[in-house]
Amino acid sequence: MKTYDILKLKKTWFVISGIIIALGLVLSFINGGLNLGIDFTGGTSLQARIGRKFDVQEVKNIMDKYDKEATITYAGNEKDEVIVRTKLEFDDDTRRDLLEKFDSELNVTSKNINFESIGPSIGSELKKQAILALLVANLGILIYISIRFEWRFGLASIFTLLHDVIIMTIFYGAMKIPVNSSFIAAILTIVGYSINATIVIFDRIRENMKTVRRVDPEQVVNNSINQTLARSINTSLTTFITIGTLYILGVPAVKEFALPLIIGLISGTYSSVFLASSVWLFLRNNIKVKSAH
Amino acid sequence: MNSGSTIKFVAIVLLIGIIAFVASYGINIGKYEVLPVKNQIKLGLDLRGGADVVLEAQGTPEDPITDEKMERAVATIRERIDNLGVTEPVITRQGGKRIRVGLPEIQDTQRALEIIGKTAQLRFMDEAENVVITGNDIKDAKAAYSNDPATKMQIAVVSLELNPEGAKKFAESTRNNVGKIIAILLDDNIISAPSVSEPITDGKCQISGSMTIEEAGDLAMLIRAGALPVELKTLQVTSIGPELGANSFEKSLTAGKIGILLVFLFMIIYYRLPGLIASIALVLYISIVLITLAAIKATLTLPGIAGLILSIGMAVDANVIIFERIKEELNMGKTIRSSIDSGFRRAFLAIFDSNITTLIAAIVLFYLGAGPIKGFAVTLSIGILASMFTAIVVTKQLMKLFEGTNLIKDKKFYGA
Repeated sequence: MKTYDILKLKKTWFVISGIIIALGLVLSFINGGLNLGIDFTGGTSLQARIGRKFDVQEVKNIMDKYDKEATITYAGNEKDEVIVRTKLEFDDDTRRDLLEKFDSELNVTSKNINFESIGPSIGSELKKQAILALLVANLGILIYISIRFEWRFGLASIFTLLHDVIIMTIFYGAMKIPVNSSFIAAILTIVGYSINATIVIFDRIRENMKTVRRVDPEQVVNNSINQTLARSINTSLTTFITIGTLYILGVPAVKEFALPLIIGLISGTYSSVFLASSVWLFLRNNIKVKSAH
Repeated sequence: MNSGSTIKFVAIVLLIGIIAFVASYGINIGKYEVLPVKNQIKLGLDLRGGADVVLEAQGTPEDPITDEKMERAVATIRERIDNLGVTEPVITRQGGKRIRVGLPEIQDTQRALEIIGKTAQLRFMDEAENVVITGNDIKDAKAAYSNDPATKMQIAVVSLELNPEGAKKFAESTRNNVGKIIAILLDDNIISAPSVSEPITDGKCQISGSMTIEEAGDLAMLIRAGALPVELKTLQVTSIGPELGANSFEKSLTAGKIGILLVFLFMIIYYRLPGLIASIALVLYISIVLITLAAIKATLTLPGIAGLILSIGMAVDANVIIFERIKEELNMGKTIRSSIDSGFRRAFLAIFDSNITTLIAAIVLFYLGAGPIKGFAVTLSIGILASMFTAIVVTKQLMKLFEGTNLIKDKKFYGA
């Protein structure tokens, strides 16, 4: 089997990641930072299946009375659905009024309308919850890997996870995707997926370090990456197939969730194959801890 | 050909086929009937429509929120909802001062929302703003038709029956206020302001005002169920149209089926015989996950379906790790039998450690996530455990049994 010298270009891999992150940051900055959705800021979102071709202006005419700043976007595969988002929270009377307008002017009854209204206090709690979930998950992973492998593997894994979380977050920013609670699920899925991929490679390094004595660690790492390369590619491919069909055939709520997952999947595979082991090697060569033997 | 292995192999494949068939289509033998698993899994509001409301009690220093008040508020809301005729409402307390109300498959969300959160503090007040009677003095309230004294038309009213103490207070007050107005207020809104023509001593009276018979019914119900002991503010409202919900479910199901078929295709083309065996194991995997979801009465939400489909992609991973290992062993010149053995043995640690770390993330998500995210964590966790079982136990047994049949001796079919 052909062996690729992946470590030879290790600096290049980090530079590629750096450039992508920098570009994403610039784009996010131009877009005015993360587009926090109503789950985090509070507000109202309304999704209606109009069931025919329509013009955004028709919906805007209705919404202008309540909020001129409301964002109105097409949804659905036939573009017969509309999603309206506003930072305002509607009370019972306004909501009734609005739903009646949809019925009388667009002929859409509440059977075909999803409506969500969230108070700002819930939003800030969700934000705290999300950050806490991410921290606790990473800590748990670090502890587990330190026990099963050793702490440098743990630290290297956390580095790649951080890389993936950053890539996904700036993807949301650069593409102006509203950050809602499904964002947390997407990030944590990729954290789980990426750690999966990293561990498979680390497991191989662990095994090869035991069996192959007095060999250059660089070479062991490179061999390990190569031996697991087919697995890395095929697993990403099968996962990609399932998420891809979700993205193509799914409803808007699922689509919004599937796209960042695809990006995370690519980032997770990339960081596991090209970055994780180099970070471990770096830690191994530069941070020496006195051990008993 | 070894007939023992062949029989076992065929038996296991048949068994998996039967499990999958019963799970997808259900079965009906005499008096035993098993419904398809699709109909047994509880669907979340986002998949079948309905409303979900989070309310928060508003306390003041003089009137703080107590546990007892919250319990009474829950009981009151439950009574109001029962009157609406909603099936399986879920009313739960969240933390110290929040109440979550889930109303599946409700058609008129708007009406439900207006009824749930109303404090419904009923007061009768005279012109000097003395409280005459309150909702606590009322024994019964009913919607009825009555003749409007002015127009002689039939109008909808709420007819009230006071308890003895209330009747006494009302009689005394109407005696003192003949010719004056006694206003009827609901949560500080005047809903009716009739003038007293004569003392009312029989403890019966009516609330009229311009309302439909349905509105009168709702008002009567609110009065019967009593006022909420605390003021509740609506923090979050989610309402999913039932037709949109059903559409999401069907579409996600289709996406799932196609995705799975494509994965099978990929596995069989790339890994050949082991790929086919892995696909059989994956059929069992999907059945296990769905049956477990139905058995533990988990609620399947849209993110849950996404988690499920994602976990299928990841379930393949365990098989891929094993097959790649077997391939390596074969290429080193080992026999098929010993390659399968050492392939599984060497792959085990990688599968175990990588799945446990993913499980850690899923468990954190379960404990710290809210609502639909929890559903996602549940399906992901079940998926991880089921995938470890099917890959390590089922795929392994099938591979060994098939090798034992000696049907195919060419290493090529095992991926070498």
